[in-house]
Amino acid sequence: MAWQRIEDGSDAVPVRLVVEGRPVQARAGDTVAAAMLAVGVAVFRETPVSGAPRAPLCMMGVCFDCLVEVDGRPNVQACMTPVAEGMQICLQHGARRPEGA
Amino acid sequence: MTFTHDLIVIGAGPAGLAAAATGADLGLRTLLLDEQPRAGGQIYRNVTVATRRLHGLLGADYSRGGSLAESVVVTGAEVRHDTLVWDVSPDLVVTGSRGGQSFQVRAPQLVVATGAMERASPLPGWTLPGVLNAGAAQIALKSGGLVPEGRVVVTGAGPLLLLVACQLLEAGVELAGLVETAPAANRRTALRHLPAALHAPSYFAKGLRMIVRLRRAGVPWYTGATELEVTGTDRATGLAFDVGGRRLHLAANTVLLHHGVIPNTQLSRLLRVDHRWSNSQLAWHVVADEFGQTSLSGLRVAGDGVAIAGARAAEAGGALAALGAAHSIGRLSPTERDRLAAPHQKVLRGECAVRPFLDALYRPPPYILAPADETIVCRCEEVSAGRIREMARLGCQGPNQTKFFSRCGMGPCQGRVCGNIVTQLLAAELAKPPHAVGAYRIRAPIKPIPVGSLANLQEMADSVVAKPHESTMAKSSE
Repeated sequence: MAWQRIEDGSDAVPVRLVVEGRPVQARAGDTVAAAMLAVGVAVFRETPVSGAPRAPLCMMGVCFDCLVEVDGRPNVQACMTPVAEGMQICLQHGARRPEGA
Repeated sequence: MTFTHDLIVIGAGPAGLAAAATGADLGLRTLLLDEQPRAGGQIYRNVTVATRRLHGLLGADYSRGGSLAESVVVTGAEVRHDTLVWDVSPDLVVTGSRGGQSFQVRAPQLVVATGAMERASPLPGWTLPGVLNAGAAQIALKSGGLVPEGRVVVTGAGPLLLLVACQLLEAGVELAGLVETAPAANRRTALRHLPAALHAPSYFAKGLRMIVRLRRAGVPWYTGATELEVTGTDRATGLAFDVGGRRLHLAANTVLLHHGVIPNTQLSRLLRVDHRWSNSQLAWHVVADEFGQTSLSGLRVAGDGVAIAGARAAEAGGALAALGAAHSIGRLSPTERDRLAAPHQKVLRGECAVRPFLDALYRPPPYILAPADETIVCRCEEVSAGRIREMARLGCQGPNQTKFFSRCGMGPCQGRVCGNIVTQLLAAELAKPPHAVGAYRIRAPIKPIPVGSLANLQEMADSVVAKPHESTMAKSSE
């Protein structure tokens, strides 16, 4: 279930992102994690150990359960990364890969 | 490496902002480094850009951060946001990364003001999507004006739990229940600290207002809950618990957990300064004098990263650390330092008076501090409490040994989430005090950093002098 905005956003600057191939709209000032919750992404990654689904726990850079791939770079903390126009976000499945692999 | 500044402050929450403003105001060349895009830390997150509606919803305690952030701007302190500090050497060379580029700076006085984080609430099902810390919901509200859709259950113990519940209610969220876990016996021990706490009556007024608000709204409220379990297979569907001899289940789309906050000690641990275990706050405190000076000369700590005392105390502590710094480098006489320190020390005393009462009243229940065997403790590597106990029986004497044998604490969070719990589990199992069991050894980089951002640092190291003192291997390849 998506998270809801409490404000209509008429003053907000729209930012376009692509999440798992799906074009979505965020607002300037959002973190990637907030933007993903707002468009209904329920599962951010699957654990490398058992493949269990995970989503953000802390939203403040502590838990690392929001790791996603941003513009081809893996293991990015979605909650600590501001959105930017045209950003491509992919979910991470299974084992963390070394950068560039 | 030569000094680039007189004072470097890490973290732009209340303590860091106050330290930077005080330092710069005294004429110290001051640099403030912060991981977030804007000043405020978590407590005042986004305070400089939040809408009127959000300010109204979050209240005057939040809006206070705006003037604090402004006070740094007017002093002309140098501020670098979006900056991750990932290493500090014992001679106080600070290595940071910003926009994929690493850099180094150094000052004779360093104030670490990295604040607090929420204590882990390891329960069956706490790893399911839809389960967040209560503070995380508050951060989503502050940073994106976001609230969970559908039914929400909040559970745990602490003033923040009530505050978040009130704020969500105000934002129109459907609260399916408030499930408090503090044992009834807490009240008796808290009573002993009541006389001292009454010196800070504003806390009681605020607490009472929150209770009235939640009662009036008719939020189902349960106290002394035990045997908690988040239900669901692929995502949270609710919270089950025992209360008054009955088993209840509250259906919910989101479950918010909270058992207080604990100091974030990653940087002070990296620098191996003295820490001590607090039996009242059930967390590690940094050993520091009243001006934040730690066991490493020039390294100061301030705010909730030292011991939990709240935002106003952090602000006072930050100012005191900067005064101590200015005195240490000969820019302030002892008399001047003490004269300027007096009002901050008074605030600090007042704020600290209420802590023993709150710590006792909201002491987490035993099942949070020493979870049942099958409960996951290390979320990253999916290690259970039972596995940690087994390691202890096999002879492991501390967290670094259980980490080696079970991978507990070896994942990307580097033990931030599980560390406090693992120390307590081992202490209980080995029948030793927590300080004898110890904590995870922290190594640089304190957060995984892209390998690319190291390249320019090497170039810099060749041309300047300094190199990071420890491993420069990025932790991204596990």
